[in-house]
Amino acid sequence: MLYFIEQCLNGVQLGLLLFLLAAGLTLVFGIMDLVNLAHGSLYMLGAYFAATFAVWTGSFVLAVILAVAGSLVVGMVLEVVAIRRLYDRSHLDHVLGTFGLLLFFNELVRLIWGPAGMTLALPTEMLTAVQVIPGVYYPIYRLVIILATLAIAGFLYVVVMRSRLGMLIRAGASNREMVGALGINIKLLYTLVFGLGAALAGFAGVMQAPILTVQIGMGENILILAFVVIIIGGVGSIRGALVASVLVGLIDTIGRAFVTDLLRRVLSTNAADTLGPALSSMSIYMVMAAVLVFRPEGLFPAASR
Amino acid sequence: MTRTAIIAAAVLTIAAGPAAAQDKTVKIGFVSTFSGPTAAIGNDMRNSFELGLDHLGRKLGGLPVEVIYEDDQVKPEVGVQKTQKLIESDHVDFVAGYIWSNVMLASLKPLVDSKTMTVVTNAGASQLAGELCSPYVFSTSWNNDETPEQLGNYMNQKGIKSVFMMGPNYTAGRDMLAGLKYTYKGQILGEEMTRWPDQLDFSAELSKARAANPDALFAFYPGGPGVQFITQYAQSGLKGQIPLYTVFTIDELSLPRLKDLAVGVPSVQAWVNDLPNETNKKFVADYIAKYKIRPSFYGADTYDAPALIDSAVAAVKGDLSKKDDMRKEMEKANFKSVRGNFKYGNNHIPIQDFYLQDVEKNAEGDYVLHNVALIQKDVQDRFHGACPMK
Repeated sequence: MLYFIEQCLNGVQLGLLLFLLAAGLTLVFGIMDLVNLAHGSLYMLGAYFAATFAVWTGSFVLAVILAVAGSLVVGMVLEVVAIRRLYDRSHLDHVLGTFGLLLFFNELVRLIWGPAGMTLALPTEMLTAVQVIPGVYYPIYRLVIILATLAIAGFLYVVVMRSRLGMLIRAGASNREMVGALGINIKLLYTLVFGLGAALAGFAGVMQAPILTVQIGMGENILILAFVVIIIGGVGSIRGALVASVLVGLIDTIGRAFVTDLLRRVLSTNAADTLGPALSSMSIYMVMAAVLVFRPEGLFPAASR
Repeated sequence: MTRTAIIAAAVLTIAAGPAAAQDKTVKIGFVSTFSGPTAAIGNDMRNSFELGLDHLGRKLGGLPVEVIYEDDQVKPEVGVQKTQKLIESDHVDFVAGYIWSNVMLASLKPLVDSKTMTVVTNAGASQLAGELCSPYVFSTSWNNDETPEQLGNYMNQKGIKSVFMMGPNYTAGRDMLAGLKYTYKGQILGEEMTRWPDQLDFSAELSKARAANPDALFAFYPGGPGVQFITQYAQSGLKGQIPLYTVFTIDELSLPRLKDLAVGVPSVQAWVNDLPNETNKKFVADYIAKYKIRPSFYGADTYDAPALIDSAVAAVKGDLSKKDDMRKEMEKANFKSVRGNFKYGNNHIPIQDFYLQDVEKNAEGDYVLHNVALIQKDVQDRFHGACPMK
């Protein structure tokens, strides 16, 4: 039982990390109707910024703050320079354009930081596990991720649902021209939303940098998971993204933790060892397929669409 | 110009044909990973191959050299395409390289079918040592299973009673776990195969290891995932509780990123940075001078390849069509290796010594791997009996 709780914590932690990425993606997709494959590049840039600033400043916390600010700036500049030109085009053009950006950023990072990748070292006091409840030890840093991400989720909820900016964002999602006609600078609003998405992606990159490494192309695999999350959760819905990402994180982790052992009870060890990892890595895609069949709009379809 | 002169020129041209073939170049195709996060390994191999050529005056057996580098992107299907391209459209005389066992196995068929002389400089799938061995394929590295087998012997000596094993779910990962199981006499409390190459978070597996509470944790994670694995192992707080033993996970490419986290983690290797033979000293010193970083075992085994090819080309005096004569010369392993000299088994896998290594901080503040002790002399892989070549 204690072991099960520990694995659930692992799942929640992975899910919340996915949420940071998926939230930005779903905001941009849901509100601006833009498919952004370069979202993973912003995640990568966040991690590289943090690793670099950590060396310069010597402080982990300062590096995190600077890296998120850096991602925000890069995101806003990117929107003004490139993304803005894609809004009036088809989704295929979005995919092609942002895929080009993805290649561009990978090469840019290679030019600036080299091919070898970097490391963001944790302060030594974080290199340990704490007893969460009696008998369950959990790495401190992963707890920090869980708490920080929950705080961000709360902050996003307040901004989008309770603030004037959020109201404008939601209005812009429903009817762009009308908001413009009412005298709101919709261009600036979109730049802000894209920047916010970029900052979230950057923050996700920063938070995972000490666990995984900082390397070129690190955003690509996890971006696929983030797309799975927004499909399950419902495009454009922050609440859907939160529920779906925790769900995906739990399914993935529980699958890795238990499927092989369960199969060993009914199959030969050899067959179980071959089938188990394959099944557990397929599981989230099976959930996605089921959602697409039974609830094509996702679990929490955004009201506006 | 008279008609006679034209005919004379034509005759001369035709006559010059075979002569031109005589002083042609040795064309070598080199397959490794040059893009993505593991490009650092491919670069290390290329650096070492180039340094090996430099040390031979950029001539092999007296012939000038042309090397074509191809990127496999860590994908078997890409590796086999690039290999076919090298054989069929570049008409290379030799193919060398290969990091990943699954990429190498995928590429093996076109190499063997076309009887292309091949020097595998890292990948060591057990099938290559056994039933898939080929007269034209040589290894300058090892068979995957040997290294964990020797680590298993060391763990037996240390009296470790139980182990939890982890590795990626592909050819080499399965070989490594099988190798440890073959020699290790204690209890195996669990074995986890993780998704390769894209699984980078090992929290679920590390929780399993903690729950199993073994005497030791064994892991094989080459390249970038090795850094992630060791970092997460340290973050999980397991470092003080369950000691870690690794193969091919800590190397000179990962050390600058791991630093203190790698200290105190023993591993086994057939080549160590500070092996005291002359070839190795020259290799390491010149590598550092030329590239400003330290070479890894990937590079060290690759550095041997030009010397092996050189011996073959010299033996046939540059006539690269005499493949069987080249093969017979290569079987003698008549060159100076960075591991001291080794012999070839019937399956063209080196019979060589294995060392225990650990990480220390040197006087300049760099973290380096160093040779602690010889574990076993003249190790031959356990698959050579299955190889039909005698």
